Amino acid sequence: MELNILVVCYLIGSITFIVGLKMLSNPASARKGNLIAAGGMGIAILGTIFLYEEDGSRLGNYGWIFSALLLGSIVGTLMAKRVKMTAMPEMVSLFNGMGGACAALISVIEFRHMLHVGVDQTSLLIILLGLIIGSVSFSGSMIAWGKLNGRVKDFAFQGQHIINLVILVLNLAIAGYLMIAGPAAVPLFFYLIIFLSLLYGVFFVLPIGGADMPVVISLLNSFTGVAAACGGFLYNNKVMLTGGILVGAAGTLLTILMCKAMNRSLKNVLIGSFGGKKSVSASQGPQGGTYKELSLSDAAMVMSYATKVMIVPGYGLAVAQAQHVCHELEKTLESKGVEVKYAIHPVAGRMPGHMNVLLAEADVSYDKLLEMEQANEEFKTTDVVLVLGANDVVNPAAKTDPSSPIYGMPILEVEEAKLIIVNKRSMKPGYAGIENQLFFQPKTSMLFGDAKKALQDLLAEVRNI
Amino acid sequence: MEQVLEWIAGHQEMIYVVVLMIFVGIEIIGKVPSVLHTPLMSGANAIHGVVIIGAIIVMGKAEEGNTIALILGFLAVILGTLNVVGGFVVTDRMLEMFKKKK
Repeated sequence: MELNILVVCYLIGSITFIVGLKMLSNPASARKGNLIAAGGMGIAILGTIFLYEEDGSRLGNYGWIFSALLLGSIVGTLMAKRVKMTAMPEMVSLFNGMGGACAALISVIEFRHMLHVGVDQTSLLIILLGLIIGSVSFSGSMIAWGKLNGRVKDFAFQGQHIINLVILVLNLAIAGYLMIAGPAAVPLFFYLIIFLSLLYGVFFVLPIGGADMPVVISLLNSFTGVAAACGGFLYNNKVMLTGGILVGAAGTLLTILMCKAMNRSLKNVLIGSFGGKKSVSASQGPQGGTYKELSLSDAAMVMSYATKVMIVPGYGLAVAQAQHVCHELEKTLESKGVEVKYAIHPVAGRMPGHMNVLLAEADVSYDKLLEMEQANEEFKTTDVVLVLGANDVVNPAAKTDPSSPIYGMPILEVEEAKLIIVNKRSMKPGYAGIENQLFFQPKTSMLFGDAKKALQDLLAEVRNI
Repeated sequence: MEQVLEWIAGHQEMIYVVVLMIFVGIEIIGKVPSVLHTPLMSGANAIHGVVIIGAIIVMGKAEEGNTIALILGFLAVILGTLNVVGGFVVTDRMLEMFKKKK
């Protein structure tokens, strides 16, 4: 009877995951979808704790389980509540790493258990698979997290791809040996696999830089999904299997969609050519020229008398937390009869949709946010483009310079507009580490300073006109 | 060959679930607007936290005297909880901002 109730709990869990994900893909129902999935998760977890039976015996160690759940819930809630909007992407990466580590630990415990009770080939295969994928996901996510918050720098060396490949092949060979010879032959090998997997995760993410980070996080997200599904296979647990595979499949597709948005193949991203080539092209790219600065009052003047102003937000806006001021500026300009819209590049910021979330926080309405294709149409009729802390996504080198590491990435063609005002903190190159010829064009004027400060001053000037 | 076929036959139920779920996952993501990419990734991230169920099972099965299993299991449950709770709360915070303007 109780086991049958558990089956129903798991069924509810699986259905809520599917329905929840589906609802998450529609703005109107997204929040409810998230809550539904969370509810289903709660039912599945409680069901497992109180109803799960194996060989006729219930689970024990309730004290341990509940204290771990309590501790994890408190820490998780605090972290999630306190994180700033700008740090959201790295938070997702961090939580993803926790899931990967959890999957890897399950494999470790089950392997140790297996040493005592004997071997079954299928279980061993699944355990090794869960271990490798979970460990790679964990160390990779940690590096991605460190890179996004600036604690880990880009790092690449000659022949890194080959070393990565060697590590991977060696790792799989050892795993294969364990499969054939049996786990008890050399138990030490098991721990060697953990070490090599962690190392692989680190080397896998380290050389990948800049614009590719969202792709990597999305990919690692789907890795963890597969690792979770391994657990489902191991315990013949349908809710783990469905949840894991669902995320694995959806995450992989999302990764591919993101690669498409940047016009690059997944393989190209994975072998880390972006970071590898970076240092070379940064030094060889056409250097400099002269740029001109613009005073605040001039900027305020041209914007107030424009017919159409397009704002291109980037990471600089997020860092400065300038979204609210930006919205104020938009409203003020509109009250003066200026048409204001936002041009959103799919990979602006540090994650797809990053800018949308940020602007939504400041109550900017949906219909003002143009996607790339739409925006590129409208630039031709735009009087003033205000670029706020965006760089690589408006870099014309992506269209004109085949030697540029971002060559081929679709960009926002801001140079089509009559006048471009770029707000940046300094002339330093953007996240991808490359010069931007846009800044040196005669149509372009620079407005240096922190985005929030600059916008506040600009807003004051516009109000004075 | 025979072994492989036998293995497939023996696990056909699981294999069916895997194959169907792959299609469901792809189908669901296919039509998502880019506005929702970040929350969707975050929501999916929370869902794979379902791995916590495995952690609870190994924790609950660990024998009293097996200190290493207890400690590792304890750690696994904490990490899994972080993934689930943190993931859903972060997603909710992001989506909170999508509320319609009044």
